[in-house]
Amino acid sequence: MTDTVDTDDKTRRDFLLLSTMAVGAVGSGLAAWPFIDVMNPAADTLALSTTEVDLAPIEEGMSITVVWRGKPVFIRHRTTAEIKEAGAVPLDDLIDPEADKGRAQKPQWLIIVGICTHLGCIPLGQKSNDPKGEFGGWFCPCHGSHYDTSGRIRKGPAPKNLVVPAYQYLTDTTIRIG
Amino acid sequence: MSNRFYENPVIKWIEYRLPIFHFIDESVGSGYPTPKNLNYWWNFGSLAGIVLVIMIASGIVLAMNYTPHVDYAFESVERIMRDVNYGWLIRYIHMNGGSMFFIVIYIHIFRGLYYGSFKEPRELLWILGVLILLTMMATAFMGYVLPWGQQSFWAATVITNLFSAIPVIGEAIVTWLWGGFTVGNPTLNRFFAFHYLLPFVLIGLVFVHLWALHVHKSNNPVGIDIKGPQDTIPFHPYYTMKDLFGLGVFMVFFMFFVFFAPNIFGEPDNYIKANPLVTPAHIVPEWYFLPSYAILRAVPEIGFISAKLGGVIAMFGSTLILMLLPWLDRSPVRSARFRPIYKQFFWVFVVDCIILGWVGANTPDAVFHGVPFLWIGRVATVYYFAHFLVLIPLINILEKPKPLPDSISASVTEDGGATEAAE
Repeated sequence: MTDTVDTDDKTRRDFLLLSTMAVGAVGSGLAAWPFIDVMNPAADTLALSTTEVDLAPIEEGMSITVVWRGKPVFIRHRTTAEIKEAGAVPLDDLIDPEADKGRAQKPQWLIIVGICTHLGCIPLGQKSNDPKGEFGGWFCPCHGSHYDTSGRIRKGPAPKNLVVPAYQYLTDTTIRIG
Repeated sequence: MSNRFYENPVIKWIEYRLPIFHFIDESVGSGYPTPKNLNYWWNFGSLAGIVLVIMIASGIVLAMNYTPHVDYAFESVERIMRDVNYGWLIRYIHMNGGSMFFIVIYIHIFRGLYYGSFKEPRELLWILGVLILLTMMATAFMGYVLPWGQQSFWAATVITNLFSAIPVIGEAIVTWLWGGFTVGNPTLNRFFAFHYLLPFVLIGLVFVHLWALHVHKSNNPVGIDIKGPQDTIPFHPYYTMKDLFGLGVFMVFFMFFVFFAPNIFGEPDNYIKANPLVTPAHIVPEWYFLPSYAILRAVPEIGFISAKLGGVIAMFGSTLILMLLPWLDRSPVRSARFRPIYKQFFWVFVVDCIILGWVGANTPDAVFHGVPFLWIGRVATVYYFAHFLVLIPLINILEKPKPLPDSISASVTEDGGATEAAE
């Protein structure tokens, strides 16, 4: 046999080997996906993903906590003073700059997920006798994060503002979260 | 094992087909030569193995009575404590066994650090040990979640949220870990499955750890290689007896906690059922995670790395850095007995780890005689990393080791082992 035939044979075998390996790798990857995705939220968990709330009984200055997707959602009927305070803060003073206008569709109703963006504790400030932190909003007892009346992080280890969930007004006083 | 043993026809029949008796004898029997000078710090390896067996045995029995569902988990644990025969005993053994496991393993690790057991040719043995530690940590954390008390729930929340610090994909990873939008029933179910699985992964890792150990044999207090048969004694009966004696002493210690202070390592809050809407005033991890917790909280925002991400990197880094140790410490002398400078800094490092644990047990805004714990934690964290990255390489350059003995035997016999060598 000549050298040329030998080399041809080798390239053909290399090709077969490489393509087999490639197909095998892609196949293993595809087979692995169900085992990864099985750990993501199941259909019934996703189905519970909206919550409707009637805002009418909440008086000015009052807060309530509702459960949405297993998480506490804080709804605060803000006073005029609180709205003013939140709107007056210069954006440069904020750790995670965001205007109050963009955080509440109607300024008197602040709707935020009540989970500290640091490591997931529930901040205090919903009850009238709770500590509200240095900025009149919420205070997380775990690692000392202070949030203002717009739920924005002002002091402490949390990196982000309290999250505003997706919600829409169904009527003037009813909302659907999610 | 004696030759008469192998002449038994049944043993002979089995041995011809599966040489299991030889295998056992060469692993932990008279056929395994061991340095003759091992001290009691060498008991902790076998102790760790025994604790693993105790944990698996008690854990399997607990699993028979436990229900991994958010509505029943807490009640099923209370039922174990009140109604199941000896349930209280087995649960207390398992609960305190976790703490015992870490006490034993931490001593085992510090033994390795002091006597240079991580050095050439035992680098892989050491790295496997770090993998065992990481697997143990994951197992312990998930086990802590199962009773579904307040500390269980909030520990799970805080620790899983650490992964949200990963840029871009962090949130998706956390949702994936939870199987929902918060720590909930899917989370509890999978943690139970993993808590049952990981101990068997540990057995596999321990097997490989021992395999690597048996290639170059145990290190020893003088840290020099075995040079011949005069340096060794058979593992059985000498070290089997010594290990058994140590086990007896250890069991007295262990059972003291089980019978007289079973809840001393735990938080009273964990006897309150998990409530996703109320965070306990003070979340503290189990004592064995306190140094890591202190490091997690010590890191401030540095440049574009947030405090959260920086803390997570430092916390995982503090354990992973151990894997690099064989290449950071290039001193050819293993044992600290012959390393006057390293020996002192070893003890400073031990104290630093204890300080980190103490800081981890306090709230970050607490103050100690005018000094905020946050700053004590920061200094101790910097020192922790400096020990590995600055001090150890520096000591390698500056230190002049003491002269080493001629052999293991020479270090423990009056005439330097001459009599035995002549025999």
